[in-house]
Amino acid sequence: MTLLSIRNMKTDIGQYAVLHDISFDVPEGGVFVLLGRNGAGKTTTLRSIMGLWKPSPGSVLFKGEDITSHHTADIARKGIAYVPENMGIFGTLTVDENLILATTSGRFDPARLARIHALFPALEQFRDKQAWSLSGGQKQMLSVARAIIEPRALILIDEPTKGLAPSIVDAMAGAFREIAQTTTILLVEQNFTFARSLGRDMAVIDDGRVAHSGSMEDFAADTALQDRLLSLSA
Amino acid sequence: MNALTETLGQKLGRAGGVNLLPLVVAAVAFVLIGAPSSWVTLTVAGLAMGMMLFLMASGLSLVFGLMDVLNFGHSAFVSFGAFISATVLAGLGGWLTADSWVLNSLALAAAYLAAICFGLVAGWFFETVIIKPVYRDHLRQILITIGAMIVAEQTILAFWGGTPLSVARPNFLEGSWIIGDVSIEIYRAFAFALGAVVFIMLYLVLNRTRIGLLIRAGVENREMVEALGFRVDRLFVGVFMLGSALAALGGAMWAGYETLITPALGGQLMIVVFIVVIIGGLGSIEGTLLGAILVGLMTNYIGFLAPKLALASNMILMVAILLWRPNGLRPAVK
Amino acid sequence: MTTQIATQNTGTYLIKGIVLIIAALLLFAPFLFQDVRSLEVAARICIFIVLVASFDLLIGYTGIVSFAHTMFFGFGAYGAAILLKEMGPGWTPVILGGLAGVAVSLVFAVAIGLLSLRVKAIFFAMITLAAASVVLVLASQLSQITGGEDGITYRGPDLFKTATKLVTDDDGKVVRLWGVRLNGKLAAYYFVFFTSLILFLAMLRFVGSPFGTVLKAIRENEARAEAIGYRVVAYRTAVFCLSAVVASLAGTVYAVWLKYTGPATTLSFAIMIDILLMVVIGGMGTMWGAVIGAVLMILAQYYLRDLMGVASEAVAAVPILPELLAPDRWLFWLGIIFILLVYFFPKGIAGTAMSGGAKQ
Repeated sequence: MTLLSIRNMKTDIGQYAVLHDISFDVPEGGVFVLLGRNGAGKTTTLRSIMGLWKPSPGSVLFKGEDITSHHTADIARKGIAYVPENMGIFGTLTVDENLILATTSGRFDPARLARIHALFPALEQFRDKQAWSLSGGQKQMLSVARAIIEPRALILIDEPTKGLAPSIVDAMAGAFREIAQTTTILLVEQNFTFARSLGRDMAVIDDGRVAHSGSMEDFAADTALQDRLLSLSA
Repeated sequence: MNALTETLGQKLGRAGGVNLLPLVVAAVAFVLIGAPSSWVTLTVAGLAMGMMLFLMASGLSLVFGLMDVLNFGHSAFVSFGAFISATVLAGLGGWLTADSWVLNSLALAAAYLAAICFGLVAGWFFETVIIKPVYRDHLRQILITIGAMIVAEQTILAFWGGTPLSVARPNFLEGSWIIGDVSIEIYRAFAFALGAVVFIMLYLVLNRTRIGLLIRAGVENREMVEALGFRVDRLFVGVFMLGSALAALGGAMWAGYETLITPALGGQLMIVVFIVVIIGGLGSIEGTLLGAILVGLMTNYIGFLAPKLALASNMILMVAILLWRPNGLRPAVK
Repeated sequence: MTTQIATQNTGTYLIKGIVLIIAALLLFAPFLFQDVRSLEVAARICIFIVLVASFDLLIGYTGIVSFAHTMFFGFGAYGAAILLKEMGPGWTPVILGGLAGVAVSLVFAVAIGLLSLRVKAIFFAMITLAAASVVLVLASQLSQITGGEDGITYRGPDLFKTATKLVTDDDGKVVRLWGVRLNGKLAAYYFVFFTSLILFLAMLRFVGSPFGTVLKAIRENEARAEAIGYRVVAYRTAVFCLSAVVASLAGTVYAVWLKYTGPATTLSFAIMIDILLMVVIGGMGTMWGAVIGAVLMILAQYYLRDLMGVASEAVAAVPILPELLAPDRWLFWLGIIFILLVYFFPKGIAGTAMSGGAKQ
C-alpha cells in the first residue's frame, strides 16, 4: 500500500529552480532510500514534503490526502516527523525538554520513553544536560528520538550518518532497523553501504529529477547504473 | 600570566560571569562619586530606570528572537502607554489625592491596566495588519514599522497636542524615605519592585511552562518547532501582544517617573531601548535585563559625574561591548 | 514579451524625460521663478537630490538601512560652518571644512561598518540610529563649538554676497538679464546647482561601473555573491563610506548656501525621515527615483501645507479631523502614504514606471 505519493513536484528556491520534476511512491513499512549526488535535490525534496518549501506545481499525497499546500505544523500533526540534516536540536534546552517538546500532550508515555532510552542509553544518562553540550552522535540520536517519541506514520531522515564515527553509524543502523518495524522511514543518504543495508525500495534523484527508482536489491546488483548515477566523475 | 587570567576568568565565570558587570560598574562609580549617600540615590534611580527599560525592551528582544522581526515602531507602544495612563490618572484625580491608599492604588491600577489593554489590542493590530505581510523581508519591515511609528507619533500629537503633559502621582508614592543621610524616592523603589515582579513572572512563564518552552525553542529554531507540529506564527501573535503590553506598561511607569511627558518621549527612549537590546543580546530576557540595568546605572552615574556625556556614555558602552562580544552579552542562541 | 519591453522602454524614457525636465527647470530656476522663496526651494531640491541619491546608493544598491545619513550631512555642514565662523568668509574655510567633514565621516563610516556589518545587517539599522542620535545630542550640547540648539550663523565667501555685482553696466549698477539681477545670490545658486549636478552625475557613473554591477549582484543574492567570492562586508562598507562622503559634501554645499547651520537643518531625525520618504516614494535603486522623490517631497513640504490649512478650516466642525488635517500633521498622511507605498509599490514611482507595472 502506498503511504506517500509525490506527483510531478517542482520547487523553486528564490529564483532558482531546484526540483524540476519529482515523482515517486513510498510504500508503507520499511525503509525507502533516496540517493543522489550532492546538490541533486534530495534535501529540497524532504523539505518540500514537509511544507518548508512550497512546491508548485505538483502534489504530495499522504495516505491519499493532498497535503501540498498545508502548513508545516499541520503536516507534522498528520503523522510525519522530520529529522533534518543539521539535526535541528534546541541547544539551550535540555535533552528531556527537547523530547517533551516533541510530544503533543506535553507528557511522556513511559513505555515509549523507556524504549527510546533502551535504543539510545546516552539520552537517559544526559537527560538534564543542555543539548548543545552533547557530542555529534548524541545529538543525532536525540534528533531521531524526538521523531519517535510519539507514534508516527512516516519519518523523514536527512543524512543521519554524516560526520559520525563508524561505531555510531552501526548503532544508528540497528536503531533504524528497529524503528522501521513499526514506522515507515524515508531516508536520504550519501553513504551507500549504510543505505543498502537498510533500504527495501529506493529512488535516485539527479539534477532535480528522479533518474531511477526500484528495489534496492536490483540497484545494488547493477554497478554500472550506480556508477552512472552516483559517481562523482559523471 | 596567561594562566592567571584564565583561572581568574574561570572563577568569574562560576561566580556569574557577565552578570557581575552591573556590580563592577556600581563599585567603580562608588569610588568616583565618593559620597555614599549620593551613590545610593543614584543607584536606586539607576535600578528603577533599568527595570522600566527592561519592560520596554523585553518585547522587542523576544519578538526579534522568535520571528526575526525588528519593530522600529515599538516606541509607539511606550508613548501611548505613557499618555493613556496619564489621561486615566488625570480623570481619576479625586482618587489619587484621596487620603486612602486603597483608592490611590485603584487609580494607579486602572491607569496601568488601561495602558496594558491598549498594548494588547494595538499589538494585535500591529502584528496582523502591519507586520505580517512583510515577514522575512528586513528592508520593507524596517520601512513599514518606521512609517507606522510616524503615524503613531502624529496621532499622539493630534490627540494630546505638542505641549508637555504633567502626570499625577498617587499620594502614597510621593515623597522619599530618609534613612540616615540617604534619601530614596518611593516612586523609584516602587518602579524597581514592580519591574522585578514582572521579570520574575516572565522568567517563570518562559522556564516553567509549555508555552515558555515553545517560545525558547522557537527563538532558537523556528522551522524545527513547526516541523514538530506547532504553529509558531500563532504563538508569535501572542508574544507580540505581550511585548507591546509590557512596553505600554513601561511607558506608563516612565510617565510617573518623569512627571512631565511630551510626544517625543517614545523616540528618545527608543534609542536607549535599542542600546539595551544590542548590549544584552537579542532574544533572551536575561540578557535584556542585564543590558537594561547596565544602561540604567550608567545613565545615572554619568549623569551625575559628567552630565553632558550621559547619552554618549551608553553609546561608548555599546561599542565596547560589541567589540568584546559581537552578539551582545547574553544572546539567546549559542 | 515584445509589448512588455515596449512598456519598459516607455516607462524608462518617461522617467528620464521627467528628470531632464526637472534638471532644465532647476537650471533656469532663477529666471523662471523670480522670488526669494522659490529660489530657496530650488536650492533645497538640488541639495536633497544629491543627499537622497547618496542614500539610495546604500539602501537601493545594498538593501541595508542606515539612520546615520543626516549625521554625515551634518559633519559636512558643521565642518564648513565652524571654520567659516572661526576664520571669516572665504574659500579656504569652505574647502578645509568640507575636507574635515569628509574625513570625520569616513572615520565614522568605517568604524560603524566594520562593527555592525560584520555581525548582522539588522544591527546596522539600530547602531546607525544610536550613533546619529548621540551626535545630535552632542551637537546641541557642545554649544561652545557648535552653537548648541541655536546653531551657527556666518557669512559665506564674498562672491556669494547679495551685494556682489557679477556684471556691471556703465553706471556701475548690476546688470539685469530677463529681469534678474546678476548678483552674488545668483552665483551662489549656480554654485549649488553645478556642484549638485556634478555629484549626481558622478554617482550615476558609479552605479554603471563594474563596482555597481557587483553591488547589484549582492543585492539580488547575497549568499551567491559570497559564494562566487565577493567579500560582501567589504563591498558594503565601501558603499557606506562612499555614500557618507557624498552626503558630507552635500552638507558643506548646504552650509555655504544657507549661511546658517544648526541641528534642525542638518542633523535632526525629521530630516532623516524626509530622506527615507523621498527615496522610497521616488523608487529605491534607480537613482532617478531620488530626483523625483526629492522634488515631490520638497514641493509638498512648501506648498501642500498651505492646502492642508484650508482643508482643516473647512472641516472645523468635525471632531479630531481638523486636528489631523492641520498643516503640522502633514507627516501623518505622509506616513500612511509611505506604508501603502511600501506594501503595494515597493519600487516607488520611478521603479514602478520603469518596470512597467506595480508587481513584476
